[in-house]
Amino acid sequence: MIRLLFTIIAGVLLGAIVHLVSVLALPRIASQDAYSRLAPITKLNAVTPLPLPDPSAASLPFMDPAFAVAVCRYDLSGGPIKLTVPVSQAYTSVSFYTRNELAYYAINDRSAGRKVIELDLMTEAQHAALPEDEDITAADRLIIDSPSAAGLIVMKALAAEPGLMPQAQVSLAASSCKVQTEPTPTKR
Amino acid sequence: MRLIFVTLLALILAAVVGLGATWMTATRGTDLGTLTIGAWTARPRTGTVDVDPYSRASIARSGELPVGTGDGVAFSATRDDRKRLLDGRCDVVVSGITPAARFWTLTLYDSRGRLVANSLQRYGFTSQEIIRGADGSFEVRVASRSRSGNWLPTGGIERYTLVLRLYDTPVGVATRTQRDAPMPAVATVGCP
Repeated sequence: MIRLLFTIIAGVLLGAIVHLVSVLALPRIASQDAYSRLAPITKLNAVTPLPLPDPSAASLPFMDPAFAVAVCRYDLSGGPIKLTVPVSQAYTSVSFYTRNELAYYAINDRSAGRKVIELDLMTEAQHAALPEDEDITAADRLIIDSPSAAGLIVMKALAAEPGLMPQAQVSLAASSCKVQTEPTPTKR
Repeated sequence: MRLIFVTLLALILAAVVGLGATWMTATRGTDLGTLTIGAWTARPRTGTVDVDPYSRASIARSGELPVGTGDGVAFSATRDDRKRLLDGRCDVVVSGITPAARFWTLTLYDSRGRLVANSLQRYGFTSQEIIRGADGSFEVRVASRSRSGNWLPTGGIERYTLVLRLYDTPVGVATRTQRDAPMPAVATVGCP
């Protein structure tokens, strides 16, 4: 009897460990997460507009149908990425996610404060390797550090009324996301 | 022999308890870091790097992308103010005002996060489309049959989720109460 009780306690304790490990491992082993869903339909280091969600098909669950959405799936191993997103009429935002959907940065048109949102995305190592004189001019250059080499940039433009959707899509279509071609400068 | 049996029992128990608890928390979510105002629940921390492991697990499982904090915050409701599950065959009224935000959208999804088909192709409202009263408050009728004013069709599905997303808003991790964020009331007014 005591042995059975002991077995149950041991089982529940082990179960708690299994639970904690599986919760922590789930973001890494999930095969239907947002990145995996977007990987087959998006280009690497380029802007891909997502089709508007409708009841029969949506790229991701819980997409806001009032927004035109474009995605840049990035990989920084080839160098930093330069992102430019023109601001649309109503509201534009850019959100950054790691490979495991950690939302590490988001900015909207008002906090960017200009007609075009311009950003440089790089890993911490690439940021550290920037020559110092370039860092001084960083005032007009927004540099974002990505915690992971791969991830997603999601650009959204609001169509405040359904009739404004084509305008929002056109404005997003003018955005660009590409690897900076000049070789990564080394620290002097 | 007995030892093998006991060890096996403990291991099976561990697997059932552990994975069962993970499945439960990943599908239903936990109360960790949630902000509940009336019928509405938000998890502002999912849009930051401080997201808790349970929310990360449920985001990875569902395949959605959380709204980043610099972008906005998403409130969802599956029950009305009286804790009654939202039923697409009933008339539900969402009324009142929303917290300060540059824009907001109200969208209706089925339980798996898909939009619900209807003849109007109306899946939600934005703050600019909505018809308001003289004092700026609004009333949205969520119903399967057409209603006057702001009608959000349910397509007659049994269970649905309303998501109110606020964009460019001070509401976020620091928000605690109804006073900081006055959310609209959700009331079931009639069932056939």
